[in-house]
Amino acid sequence: MSLRLLPVFVRALVRSLPTVVIIVVFNFFLLNMAPGDAADVLAAESGAATAETMAATRARLGLDLPLLDQFLNYVSGLAHLDLGFSAKFGVPVLEVILGRLPNTLLLMVTALVFALLVGIGAGFLMALRAGSLLDRAISVIALFFYSIPSFWGALMLIVIFSVQLGWLPSSGYQTIGFEGSGLELALDMARYLVLPALSLSLFFIAIYARLTRASMLEVYGQDYVRTAVAKGLPPGRIALRHVLRNALVPVTTVAGIHFGILLGGAIVTETVFAWPGLGSLALQAVLARDFAVLLGILLLSSVLVIVINIATDLLHAWLDPRVEVS
Amino acid sequence: MGTDGRALRRFLRNPSAWLGLLVMAGVLLMAATAGLFYPGDPQGMVAKPYLWPGQDPAFPLGTDNFGRDVTAGVFHGARVSLWIGVVSAAICLTIGTLVGAIGGYFGGWTDDLLTRLTEAVQTMPSFLFLIVLVAIFQPTLATITLGIGLVSWPTVARLVRAEFRRLRGQDFVLAARSLGFPHWRIIFQEILPNALPPLIVTTSVIVASAILTESALAFLGLGDPNVLSWGMMIGNGRAVIRTAWYLSAVPGALIVLTVLAVNLLGEALNDAANPRLGN
Repeated sequence: MSLRLLPVFVRALVRSLPTVVIIVVFNFFLLNMAPGDAADVLAAESGAATAETMAATRARLGLDLPLLDQFLNYVSGLAHLDLGFSAKFGVPVLEVILGRLPNTLLLMVTALVFALLVGIGAGFLMALRAGSLLDRAISVIALFFYSIPSFWGALMLIVIFSVQLGWLPSSGYQTIGFEGSGLELALDMARYLVLPALSLSLFFIAIYARLTRASMLEVYGQDYVRTAVAKGLPPGRIALRHVLRNALVPVTTVAGIHFGILLGGAIVTETVFAWPGLGSLALQAVLARDFAVLLGILLLSSVLVIVINIATDLLHAWLDPRVEVS
Repeated sequence: MGTDGRALRRFLRNPSAWLGLLVMAGVLLMAATAGLFYPGDPQGMVAKPYLWPGQDPAFPLGTDNFGRDVTAGVFHGARVSLWIGVVSAAICLTIGTLVGAIGGYFGGWTDDLLTRLTEAVQTMPSFLFLIVLVAIFQPTLATITLGIGLVSWPTVARLVRAEFRRLRGQDFVLAARSLGFPHWRIIFQEILPNALPPLIVTTSVIVASAILTESALAFLGLGDPNVLSWGMMIGNGRAVIRTAWYLSAVPGALIVLTVLAVNLLGEALNDAANPRLGN
């Protein structure tokens, strides 16, 4: 990281502090609203409890303290990466979440990369041939993708590719009892990844196609592009090196919000495909009424969004030297 | 005004607008006549299970694994989707407009506070946030409707705030101020009408995503168990997807059609408002 980026980083960090505070307060509030507390969880664990032992447990855990003291305990717990204890899984919440995080990230990153490649490609073609039949055809397809509920897209993909054609597996993340390692294992897992990633990416293909098209048409109207045309540069070179590169900046500004939407999509997609990630964990937590896990996922994913937003700020400052310290 | 007339003419000349209006009218008709054609409980068992669409003329879209009439289900389901699309979007627009207008108009620490709140709500992944709300406050149609409004307002707030910041320094606002108009009157009668045009296009996005969100919630089994919706029907059909895929395909196709119609209307409105961008 160059020295120029340091102030940008510090500013982004300071800017996100109030957001973190509000989200933590919110989480504490919701956790208190939820029925049952940690003492109930421990009582359920041990299988038996009397009113006296419950009261003793509450006193030991600080649950009988005033709300403000409980909040301070909660915050100090968070500072020590303590998100509470999972009633359903019998281990600390953080452990449960971190166990599932890699699977979700794999699914989301695959879907995102695929959506970016296809979406930007489609948007590039649309902008290049704006107003043509091709432009209209792609925009109709994009609008269609934009209107499909991801879970329904997932089910229809299963009907076509698993049930009718029998090409791809419809649930799980690897063949049960699969013997093999390295490339073989990766290929086996890839087969399970195709359908979930594809159904998750449809919506984002539509978004990126439209964003890229609009953004490129805007850049085409700028003076430096006119200069490039006047210099007699080949149109393909102008489109790729001058227009597309600069048109991609707005596409990245919404990365943080897209991560949130992507995670929402992952919850339903993972459930459809029995993909063992954060999304299916969230649903399991709801059904088991394990609010510590559920709110832990909400808190951690919000923090991830903040991290992505800071990373985007840094990326912009790096790409565009005009972003200076104000 | 002349410009509005031209925009309306452009809107009506657009085939997407007509397609969108036609589909919306169809869905509206289904919702309105659900009680007339299918007065009983749509969750009641009325025939042999697993009748495929077209197999029995009395049940044009077939029956499900419990012998419930799919046609009755989709008619009643249209009501839920429309309700969510209208009421959730209205809640979202109300909260977003209020927060954005107050912050953008007054500025200062009020604006700072509201902007931080908007950012915080926007940072939390909205579908997950909604699931948390519904899980804590019990899934009824009312809490779901309110919940969708509560998690989706930040987009509106940001948009309205930007418009208010742009407009508050303009002459007509200064004129209203110097005439001694109260703040609420300047906000709602002077600035808001001028801030509305970009909001109209965003409304279609909000309605579409509210319908999609409710269907996803119902699909996961987190919807109101007493209200039959399209998402819930897809969720029920999922267990028998290998043998009776029509049970998931039919209500899903209706969701796609409805959302597509909303998006087409939004596009047509956008093209009518900004004619240069289309070509």
